[in-house]
Amino acid sequence: MAQPFLGAVPALIVSYGPVDAVQAMGLRVELTDAQLVARCRMGDHDAWRELVDRFSRYVYAIAVQGFKLHEHDAEDVFQEVFTRAYEHLHKLRDDEAIRPWLAQLTRRLCIDRLRAGSAEQLDDDVEIADADDTIARLDESLAVHEALSALPGNCQEILDRFFARDESYHTIGDALDIPSGTIASRISRCLTKLRVEMEGRNSGASAS
Amino acid sequence: MPRYDEEKLGEILSAFPPAPQSWVKAAQDIPLAQRGLDEIVERADVDDEYRRRVIEDPEAVLEEADVVAHAETIEILRRRLDK
Repeated sequence: MAQPFLGAVPALIVSYGPVDAVQAMGLRVELTDAQLVARCRMGDHDAWRELVDRFSRYVYAIAVQGFKLHEHDAEDVFQEVFTRAYEHLHKLRDDEAIRPWLAQLTRRLCIDRLRAGSAEQLDDDVEIADADDTIARLDESLAVHEALSALPGNCQEILDRFFARDESYHTIGDALDIPSGTIASRISRCLTKLRVEMEGRNSGASAS
Repeated sequence: MPRYDEEKLGEILSAFPPAPQSWVKAAQDIPLAQRGLDEIVERADVDDEYRRRVIEDPEAVLEEADVVAHAETIEILRRRLDK
């Protein structure tokens, strides 16, 4: 029964109220970036929390991996990015462009931070070019992470814990109350689901 | 379109760790912080002694208002008081 009903959800997403009704029934609806931005602009704090959740890894990774900021500087940039995003969300011309907009904002604030620092200045444009390569790679990471969010909750949890949080089989087993001896096979099955999900998304993108 | 195998997907996920939870929470609370700032600015507009305190020690005033005193938040508060 649930599957046909879920199939109708994308059409309902466009209008505001029915999504809430669907969510109230305990069904998770994945809003597009544009829908999320629109809700944030209407003052929906839950939407803002989800937006931060959706892009926090991305902003963090640009600061720490792309520009190699120290923890303290990275935290300041991280908060500044989201503060400015919150304040200037109404200036975003294309709501679907929130990801590149955040990437540019983070990039600019990281460069400002490095240029203002006395100990480790940016010597030339080489480091910025390296950081831009990293941002391109992180775009791919974000796409994979979004695909991960379409998998069943147990797969999301186990893959995130094992790969992104670097937890051991033992820790995962304890946390999820499953025998640690079955973790490897569960990871393997979930990775296969993730691959299928990515292939589906890529073929969808190619077709459109 | 890139092709993905399971090994590559594992590598990609490994290179995308979560931001520290306290950072995420602070960013998620930005709307609440903005509301706190509104209250501080409103009070400073009608209370000169309070305004002086805000200018002298914004961190303490923000803390009283239950707002995390990030550098950017203090800067916003200063800008709004200058208006």
